[in-house]
Amino acid sequence: QGVTLTGVVKEADGVPLPGVTVQVKGTNRGTQTNADGSYQLTNVPAGSALIFSFIGKTPQEVLVGNRTAVDVVLADDSKSLQEVVVVGYGTQRRKDLTGAITSISAEEFQKGNIVNPEQLVAGKLAGVSITPPSGQPGGGSTIRIRGGSSLNASNDPLVVIDGVPVDNTNISGASNALSLINPQDIETFTVLKDASAAAIYGARAANGVILITTKKGRQGDQLRVSVSALGSVSQLVNQVPVLSADQFRDVIGQTGNAAQQALLGTANTNWQDQIYQTALSGDYNASVTGSVKNMPFRASFGYLNQNGILKTSNFERFSGSLGLSPRFFNNHLRVDVNLKGSIINNVFADQGAIGAAVAFDPTQPVYSGQDTYGGFFEWLDPATGRPNTQATRNPLGLLMQKQDLTTVKRSIGNVQFDYKFHFLPELRANLNLGYDLSSSTGTIFVPADAALQFNRGGQSSQSAQTRDNKTLEFYLNYVKDLRSVSSRVDVTAGYSYQDFIRKSPSFPELTANGTEFTPAGVPFETQYTLLAFFGRANYTFKDRYTLTATLRRDATSRFSPETRWGWFPSAGFAWNIKEESFLQGAKALSALKLRIGYGVTGQQDLPSGLSDYPYLPRYTLSDLTAQYQFGNSFYRTLRAEGYDANLKWEETQALNAAIDYAFFDGRISGSIDVYQKTTKDLLATIPVPAGSNLTNQILTNVGNLENKGVEFTINTNPVRNERHNLDVGFNITYNQNKITNLSKVPSPNDPGVLVGGITGGTGNTVQIQTVGFPTNSFFVYQQVYDASGKPLEGVYVDRGRNGETTGDGKITIDDRYRYQSANPKIFLGFTSQYTYGKFSAGFVLRGNIGNYVYNNVRSNYGAYRNFTNALGFNANGSPNVLETGFVNNQYFSDYYVENGSFLRMDNFNLGYNFGKVSNRPGKGMNLRLSATAQNVFVITNYTGLDPEVSGGIDNNLYPRPRIISAGLNLDF
Amino acid sequence: CLQDLDRQPVYDVTSASVYKDPANYKQVLAKLYAVLAVSGQQGPAGKPDIAGIDEGFSNYLRQYWKAQELTTDEAVIGWNDGSLPDYHNMNWSSSNEFITAMYNRIFYMVTATNEFIRETTDAKLAERGITGQAATDARTFRAEARFLRALAYTHAIDLFGSVPFVTETDAVGSFQPRQISRAELFTYVETELKAIEEEMAAPRAAEYGRADRAAAWTLLAKLYLNAQVYTGTARYTDAVTYANKVIQSNAYALDADYSKLFLADNGSSREIILPVTFDGTRTKTYGGMTFLVHAAVGGKMSPTSFGINSGWAGLRTTKGLVDSFADPSGRTDTRALFFTDGQNLEINEVLNKFEDGYAITKFKNVTSAGQPGSDVEGNFPDTDFPLFRLADVYLMYAEAVLRGGTGGDAATALTYVNLLRQRAYKGTTGNITATALTLDFILSERARELYWEGHRRTDLIRYGRFTEATYLWPFKGGVKAGRAVESFRTVFPLPAADLIANPNLKQNTGY
Repeated sequence: QGVTLTGVVKEADGVPLPGVTVQVKGTNRGTQTNADGSYQLTNVPAGSALIFSFIGKTPQEVLVGNRTAVDVVLADDSKSLQEVVVVGYGTQRRKDLTGAITSISAEEFQKGNIVNPEQLVAGKLAGVSITPPSGQPGGGSTIRIRGGSSLNASNDPLVVIDGVPVDNTNISGASNALSLINPQDIETFTVLKDASAAAIYGARAANGVILITTKKGRQGDQLRVSVSALGSVSQLVNQVPVLSADQFRDVIGQTGNAAQQALLGTANTNWQDQIYQTALSGDYNASVTGSVKNMPFRASFGYLNQNGILKTSNFERFSGSLGLSPRFFNNHLRVDVNLKGSIINNVFADQGAIGAAVAFDPTQPVYSGQDTYGGFFEWLDPATGRPNTQATRNPLGLLMQKQDLTTVKRSIGNVQFDYKFHFLPELRANLNLGYDLSSSTGTIFVPADAALQFNRGGQSSQSAQTRDNKTLEFYLNYVKDLRSVSSRVDVTAGYSYQDFIRKSPSFPELTANGTEFTPAGVPFETQYTLLAFFGRANYTFKDRYTLTATLRRDATSRFSPETRWGWFPSAGFAWNIKEESFLQGAKALSALKLRIGYGVTGQQDLPSGLSDYPYLPRYTLSDLTAQYQFGNSFYRTLRAEGYDANLKWEETQALNAAIDYAFFDGRISGSIDVYQKTTKDLLATIPVPAGSNLTNQILTNVGNLENKGVEFTINTNPVRNERHNLDVGFNITYNQNKITNLSKVPSPNDPGVLVGGITGGTGNTVQIQTVGFPTNSFFVYQQVYDASGKPLEGVYVDRGRNGETTGDGKITIDDRYRYQSANPKIFLGFTSQYTYGKFSAGFVLRGNIGNYVYNNVRSNYGAYRNFTNALGFNANGSPNVLETGFVNNQYFSDYYVENGSFLRMDNFNLGYNFGKVSNRPGKGMNLRLSATAQNVFVITNYTGLDPEVSGGIDNNLYPRPRIISAGLNLDF
Repeated sequence: CLQDLDRQPVYDVTSASVYKDPANYKQVLAKLYAVLAVSGQQGPAGKPDIAGIDEGFSNYLRQYWKAQELTTDEAVIGWNDGSLPDYHNMNWSSSNEFITAMYNRIFYMVTATNEFIRETTDAKLAERGITGQAATDARTFRAEARFLRALAYTHAIDLFGSVPFVTETDAVGSFQPRQISRAELFTYVETELKAIEEEMAAPRAAEYGRADRAAAWTLLAKLYLNAQVYTGTARYTDAVTYANKVIQSNAYALDADYSKLFLADNGSSREIILPVTFDGTRTKTYGGMTFLVHAAVGGKMSPTSFGINSGWAGLRTTKGLVDSFADPSGRTDTRALFFTDGQNLEINEVLNKFEDGYAITKFKNVTSAGQPGSDVEGNFPDTDFPLFRLADVYLMYAEAVLRGGTGGDAATALTYVNLLRQRAYKGTTGNITATALTLDFILSERARELYWEGHRRTDLIRYGRFTEATYLWPFKGGVKAGRAVESFRTVFPLPAADLIANPNLKQNTGY
């Protein structure tokens, strides 16, 4: 019968340290310290030793003896490289790492109203650009690791949740692969940035890999309950500038004809005031961690209800998780069961209201005083009294008269068996069986009297999607310390099988009263399978030199039997220079390590909308609305599809060289990484020679793309004493992206492929993919200005074809030139956390430099022709028209391409830790209060609402609100 | 689990299976015709046939219409979408996305028809055990596919001149087709049309919407009438011959009322030799007639009287067309379907100024009884586009005779022209005498009779008035008074993208 042990763990400066792992040596029993640094362990055998460990601290082993209280002070670990890091298919000692891997754990996560997991680490990781979502509730970020390696295929990283690689095609109603995970359940967030780290995931790793592990119970844990609540208020920061009602009357008075002037109303309506609201949100979480006999467990439940600042928009998420980690046969068999489920209910507001609020005539009232069209003022056809279908719809009517609901259900689960052989404990066998099921159902209802769908009698439609993904992975791992030759080997070999099924039935569209309006189309179902064999060998000599090599052989059903297999090798080398005798005397230097890695990764994700059978000749049946008439019969048509029988993997070769450093007992630490990624056989959509295929553009393997860059990270701890502690971190990344080839037949005159559709006109594009330029470069005319700096309408520099400076006297599309790109050249993050006793404060600043933005709001609303038309209504526009005087929209002028460099304070937080608020024996209760402000300010010269636009075309983005939150955490 | 890598499509069918069942053949044939009408497999948009451009824009008929009409005195468009204004300004370059889309649509038709022709050879039919009526039908379908390919290649000859050349012997794959000369392609199309003549249905014996022998003859007559332009060798006698075949088949007749030819129920017309069919609920597109009806409505025009929910306020005409009518009011010549209330005859602004230029009320989505079309929402018309109609054949006959073609005579030519004028004037008051029947009169009569039906550019080129200073219209060449432009603009450039993709191609002179 053992004793019950209690104690407190503190830092050297006396600050209690929560989250420290306390383990009974030689067992898997242990616990973690509470918010006040205290812990309790029951039934500790006499004579045991306890091991106290915490990231960044030197682990300590303490003999219990006959004590019942053991207090410990943990010192900072100058060799924090000791810790273990999650890598693909297992873990590695940080000091053995050869690749570029960054790991962030729970205590470093961003705080506040965090809906999606990736927002936890925004601004904290060099080389990882996380563009936050628009203000839409539940929106997902765009994640780019070291620039996008693909042109038309996906640039999203592979996400692996508790060992299950998940599908990164989104289900409708969920923003990205991470969006259904409750951020509160996440323990660590690890990014494999370079190929030597990621290549173990081979064909899916070209854009890097994100490994997420969720919180789990530990053997011997006491029952711990943790509850938290966070309330938030979201507010619109700025409105899009538009003409006031009086300015509008002036403009119509000057430029309109009699009929247009007669349309003017007498109201003064600020339409943006009408559509936005101050929104309240709540986030509630509860978790229970503990261990019943040999069964450590953690169960959690979360409820999030987020209202959007655009009226009616709402996001609601219920999430639950259960983790069981039983151990059998004297810990030889470890079983981990993870079950996660979530249900999301979205109410999507019609985001058309955002543009409509900019364009709607401010002299008109919100309500007409009539009962028709829901009482909203609408532009009508005077002849019929029906809505003018070309006119801007009443912005508030769009919100109030459309109900767009989606429910997404998802469950991810896996069971992992890890068996350490009895006769050969160095050898482990690991079997991982996982699933990822999701379904989404949506309905849209527009009442019959809504102007939006009046002519068809309203709308009642539904949609559904399912994803059914399965994973089976098995590997063997052998680790052996060969002390006699100062070596350590770590070898892994395995097999992976994954299957993905996507289905989407087709439903008829009904009118509001249930009459069929459009018949159902062709249902969608597609399936693909991935299969792989992989291996990794890690060899360390004298704890100083480490060599890692991986090899993966992948196959995908998306390509033909001749091209579907690919090899993905990598090699890495690390040298712990600090361990060398010649640096033993360098006391200030606490760590120095050199890493060099090279690897090949692949890509087989296809652009969305493409079938999973791009290599097969297929025929597609048309919908009932695209039939052709012969005689009195209509025929659904069968179309032969274009295909490329030789389609194969896209390959990215990446080189990484880095130095990790630490000084003054780790009070300054960080790393510098230099990388180059070259993608060849890009999966790119390019024009085919006319006549050679059954389409004009096809996805094929063509061209090369290059990303190179430098990442620098420094973390410092300038103040550390008994009461004060200050941590300051800074990271900066320079990335250069360039297309180096984009045609089957290399040609210096390749005009490139137009991309970047804008709003305004039809089919207008302002970006281009061209050899020698960054991806998504803007493709615009060079504006000519008068002496006063005013742009001259339609006057552009006559550049001639391919940017020659001698023009031909005509301005045609050939005079457009490549001007800047949406990709930031530099992005940086600056974080700081300060504690003073029980009080803490911190901030995260994030910035981009050299990202250009096409101001589509100005280009689309900034011409006099926007105000009047021959269609029977007037519309408002941007006051920018008063500066330019443009009569017609100059969509392709570089005047609208603006420098979007910015510095944003993402997060500012305050916390107060009350510590123990209840002292009932054995039932400590800790309370922590926090307050957070998100999106505090943005410093930029960009003239639009927000310079941070994924893709670089700013067009009525759902504005990101400023969010103020207050939270409470209670542990007992 | 290695066999799991051989996944097969669930709803799509593979080429191997589609041709096993003869019932599928007509659906593949329907697609070939639908290439002209819709933009993809989902109506009105979705799963497009070609990419890289807005789907509605890219529609075959819409692009063909724009290339043939916006470049002339018959139409201006008020939208500054991409390089669209280049058409009327006559300063297009090889990067023009509309020209590129037209070219891609033509070659989409060519490769789609090639695929069907390749899969329906007699040998393949026998191999699949398709015999009897199914085999007979398949052969007729194959002849129609060859007709559609000839139609697309004729558009290529007319618009682009010398282009890449592929037939059913070129399997789908990654290769670079050879370039064929304009004259050589002319001969190929001529040979093809003559070869399929007998396999096609007799005039008006096919189902409505499908091409028959008369459609092939009309296309041949068109080719021959323009042979001087296409090949340097006049073929007016052949033009007379094939126009005669159409007329003398007596299968087609002029409709009584000109204005009813362009309404939602024009599918019952006996004048239309080959339509592109549309339907408000079953054949939906943002190109084709949807474009043609909506884009022409704006200003004080009432959308309801066009059977649509709204206008798009884009298309008007220049005074070049208006002035070709002695009386543009419509009171005498009923073909003058102009809308003038609130519209200015003179154009000062092309872009975004719908009032400048008369509007045209020719195409409507209402039936001859005044009822709106079948789409209750008023978006998609039922109106069919008359690609070939008898009036055009009459005028081709007359012109070919006047240009010296034998096998016809001037008196018959005069009769045919006066048939059109009697219909237009609802009596003989508009009839002309033999001396008035000149080549210039025919060009002008073609404008009056056939305006906005996709003929004008070809006609002006044949008459030497497209690029030249001899005939100017408002904003020809981008200036208000009009100006001559470079003579090389009688053909469009090959798209820059294809010149890169296919190094076998040589750009047209001047571009």
